[in-house]
Amino acid sequence: MLSRFPFILVAACALSLLLFTAPSLLAQPRSPTPPVGGPVSADQLLQQLPQIRGRVAIPVPRASVLIQPRGRSWRVFHEATLPWIGGIAIIGMLVVLAVFYLWRGRLRVRSGFSGVAILRFAAFERFVHWLTAVSFVILALTGLNITFGKWVLLPLMGNQAFSALTIWGKYAHNFFAWPFMLGVILIFIIWIKDNLPNKVDANWLRKGGGLLGGGDPPAERFNAGQKIIFWAAVLGGVVLSLSGLTLLFPFSVAAIDGMQTADLVHAVLAQLMIAVFLAHIYIGTLGMEGAFDAMGTGEVDLNWAKQHHDLWLEEEQAKAKSPDLGSRAAPAG
Amino acid sequence: MARMKFLCDADRCIECNACVTACKNANEVPWGINRRRVITINDGKPGERSISMACMHCTDPPCKAVCPVDCFYQTDDGVVLHSKDLCIGCGYCFYACPFGAPQYPRTSNFGSRGKMDKCTYCSGGPEADLSTAEFIKYGANRLAQGKLPLCAEMCSTKALLAGDGEIIVQIYKERVVKRGYGSGAWGWKTAYNETIAT
Repeated sequence: MLSRFPFILVAACALSLLLFTAPSLLAQPRSPTPPVGGPVSADQLLQQLPQIRGRVAIPVPRASVLIQPRGRSWRVFHEATLPWIGGIAIIGMLVVLAVFYLWRGRLRVRSGFSGVAILRFAAFERFVHWLTAVSFVILALTGLNITFGKWVLLPLMGNQAFSALTIWGKYAHNFFAWPFMLGVILIFIIWIKDNLPNKVDANWLRKGGGLLGGGDPPAERFNAGQKIIFWAAVLGGVVLSLSGLTLLFPFSVAAIDGMQTADLVHAVLAQLMIAVFLAHIYIGTLGMEGAFDAMGTGEVDLNWAKQHHDLWLEEEQAKAKSPDLGSRAAPAG
Repeated sequence: MARMKFLCDADRCIECNACVTACKNANEVPWGINRRRVITINDGKPGERSISMACMHCTDPPCKAVCPVDCFYQTDDGVVLHSKDLCIGCGYCFYACPFGAPQYPRTSNFGSRGKMDKCTYCSGGPEADLSTAEFIKYGANRLAQGKLPLCAEMCSTKALLAGDGEIIVQIYKERVVKRGYGSGAWGWKTAYNETIAT
């Protein structure tokens, strides 16, 4: 009896299997039992929202994003749009400056150097300028490297060396961000009073700043071009700082879409600012005779001041004449 | 040559997280890194589905395209791998990845990221196959041993399928025909520009 038991069991199982499965196999088409809530698909969800989000057991909010196809648009921006914007802005500016140099040459002090110098920027002002300038140049070069390096330097250096360079560039970018932000704040504080737009600027701009010929229009301590540079540094610097901080502390202020936008703003604005400041660097060094002294030694030649900042010079000389205000002008040598 | 892909059958996934655990164990993934995760949508509501997600090993991978140091490569099997020696931890691949696959250990000041870590399809990295260096940096190389990723192999309901794309699609399609419904291959349109008609 006992030995026959398995056979009976197997036979019973086989019979019941046949009885239960055969009708369902024969009944065509088989009517499905759809899951509660109907079918759910990625396509359908992505039509409603730009990303699919859910609940995740991991205590990390960013892990709850299942699919974010926006990453692909970010890629297109980053690999196609951004290099074009940056390339056209920066190379375009270099071409413009080169053409200007070939056309006008170095802008000379027309009446020659007088040999008398007047203090234009005090030591602290020069410190603030160079603090910001050095940080900006380092940030710009390391930033450009992370965008264009793989097309420009990587083929020349090879993967290992380029990666080593870029990782130090990343550290430099992260750390020099702080002196840059401090510099932008200080620039705003020390120079805002001289950079409010007024009628003199309108006239200066109408005459093209004398850059296109026709004599130098009158200007105060800062001409309209310099005021534009000031506001580019301050406003651009603030937006660069805010977007940069968003990227520097990932996911602490923004989620994935916010980080993508921050990167987009940061990269485009930075490249436009590089283009603008190339012009600033040009006119402050090669482009204009006597201009570098203002930020170098802090003292400019009297004739240079007369030519480019006549209203400021008059004001300074008036101050120097009235004894209670103290003298800021000092004869050189 | 096979074209390796993952396919998660959301109508089968029961959110047991065994794939997550299997992955962590097989690859000895560092603390805080989740190469694979299970996300539940419509949680507690009609239409609730759980999907196990990791790197999808995209055709034309966005991570590879945006990497500023070009540290990614795609194997003949279609698996997307990267070199931790070259990675600078910039985070660009995370912004570009539609699936949130790249992860970074937090190593230094501010939000500075360490070397990126992601699903390797259990196939190691650029180091010699099955070497200690490869295991320490990238985890297991099961593909070199002729095995598939452990997450899919461990899946108790066989919701997560790994293997040649054409074969796993065939398995999935048969299932859909048999049971009469299916929610499609999650992420396939985004990763491979392919939709599985269900």
